[in-house]
Amino acid sequence: MIATRDAYGEVLAELGAENGDVVVLDADLSGSTKTSSFAKKFPERFFNMGIAEANMVGTAAGLAASGKIPFASTFAIFAVGRAWEQVRQSVAYPKANVKIVATHSGVTVGEDGGSHQSVEDIAIMRAVPNMTVIVPADGVETKKAIRAAAAYNGPVYVRLGRNKVPTLFDDSYEFAIGKGCQLRDGSDLTFVATGLMTAQAVAAAEILAGVGVSARVVHIPTVKPIDEELILAAARETGAIVTAEEHSVIGGLGGAVAELLGERCPVLLKRVGVQDRFGTSGKAEDLLKYFGLMPENLVEAAKELLGKK
Amino acid sequence: MKDKIARLQEKARKLRIDIVRTLHRSKSGHTGGSLSVIDMLTVLYYHKMRHDPANPKWAQRDRLVLSKGHAAPAQYVALADCGYFPKEDLQMLRQLGGHLQGHPDSKGTPGVEVCTGSLGQGLSMAVGMALGLSLDKSSNRVYAVLGDGELQEGQIWEAAMSAAHYRLDNLCILIDANGLQIDGEVAKVMNVESIGDKFRAFGCHVLEIDGHDIAAIVAALDEAEQVKGKPTAVVARTVKGKGVSFFENKASYHGVTPSDEELPRALQCLGDCCD
Repeated sequence: MIATRDAYGEVLAELGAENGDVVVLDADLSGSTKTSSFAKKFPERFFNMGIAEANMVGTAAGLAASGKIPFASTFAIFAVGRAWEQVRQSVAYPKANVKIVATHSGVTVGEDGGSHQSVEDIAIMRAVPNMTVIVPADGVETKKAIRAAAAYNGPVYVRLGRNKVPTLFDDSYEFAIGKGCQLRDGSDLTFVATGLMTAQAVAAAEILAGVGVSARVVHIPTVKPIDEELILAAARETGAIVTAEEHSVIGGLGGAVAELLGERCPVLLKRVGVQDRFGTSGKAEDLLKYFGLMPENLVEAAKELLGKK
Repeated sequence: MKDKIARLQEKARKLRIDIVRTLHRSKSGHTGGSLSVIDMLTVLYYHKMRHDPANPKWAQRDRLVLSKGHAAPAQYVALADCGYFPKEDLQMLRQLGGHLQGHPDSKGTPGVEVCTGSLGQGLSMAVGMALGLSLDKSSNRVYAVLGDGELQEGQIWEAAMSAAHYRLDNLCILIDANGLQIDGEVAKVMNVESIGDKFRAFGCHVLEIDGHDIAAIVAALDEAEQVKGKPTAVVARTVKGKGVSFFENKASYHGVTPSDEELPRALQCLGDCCD
């Protein structure tokens, strides 16, 4: 088990050694975002911008205009919340080659509380044209996603978390931007999940198997551009979709799937996520229960849909 | 040198004519702030900056960021005159299908480095460019042109703070201080003075000049090149609408263009005889 932010710290330092154009920016959270690993090895290419996220994003855009590959990091709510307009105007609108990699997303930020728990970041990045949005599930996928982001020419938002998460993938996994993957086949319904909720979905599928329900699990690491074909196939073949994200049910993965299904393949849909509420202080594991983000909650959602079939 | 100054003055006069004609035709755009900044842009494009219109991405070019992006018409007429793109393109300013957007767009217009228009963001991008050039041990410079109303945006001060922190002496900030913004006088809407004291407090070397005095602009930019270890901020006192007497010092000509009736009178002020 490794936190996705730790995997980020490791791969960033690797990238720094491989590519002299990679530069990193942070906003006084380098110890938490793990950009400190890069900073220690390549201090001349690391720019702490202090508690000034708007300037950090703009500076990253300027570095990209100078031919560098900037990775700009801070907590999710500050990276794309506070600096939303800078991401939109200075990065996305000019198609600047900037990678915003935010850690501490979702409610599992824990004790810091609601002010620090972003439940909106996927939604507000998804709505921005030219933006690619990636939410890796584990450390292995994070490293591959960061490498893919570095190789891709254009704006990317990568959403990472604070805490250790189960490892779902091994090195044979072929990550590609825009491609989801089926982790488990099934015929009665499909869990479409992202980030840490994918592991929760796998656990839920196992519980359901015990009571004779065959649940497919589809992992969607790239929320934008979303893997439409994989989701539509699941809709056509299983007839019921439960989305799962550590994010508001408004505008994130659930929103994206609802948009797709509504137009192309209307089937039973239930969005599991934070129910349009702010986060609150607590231990991460308690908050997952409190906000209904446990395998049991996914099982309940599945049963609700099956009851309507 | 006197010849050089006279030629730059004449160039600025011609560019003012281009601005007025272009905005009259487009019927949309920012007249006052374009006319107040054009002297500085003239010195930058025709004297100070190393650049190559035939090679807009020349690695050894100096960079200009027009942070007060609404003055795009001023940048566009200079770029056109320099040869970055055909002068005819000015006829499509702000029209669907043309590349000259209402605010500078690096995606479509050669010579435009980044996208500006949302005030307060350009200086940060200039800081990033200066950092990039510094990493490459380049001798090229970055010029960021700001408005005085724009100084009300907090991000400008984040950028200034970081420019001084990172000792960016390859960055020169020019403030087109024309004293006016959309809702009236800057001093009355939200006072930003003393501009010089603020930039000095933020760690910049500060120069205060008449922003329409070509010789003074030249001297200021020359001095900025000699300053080591800190960025330079040139506070340039200007007149919004400068050059056309009945546009001068009027907040109302911020986003209003010359009418059919005004055009010949404006051109006359600028020494152009007829339409």
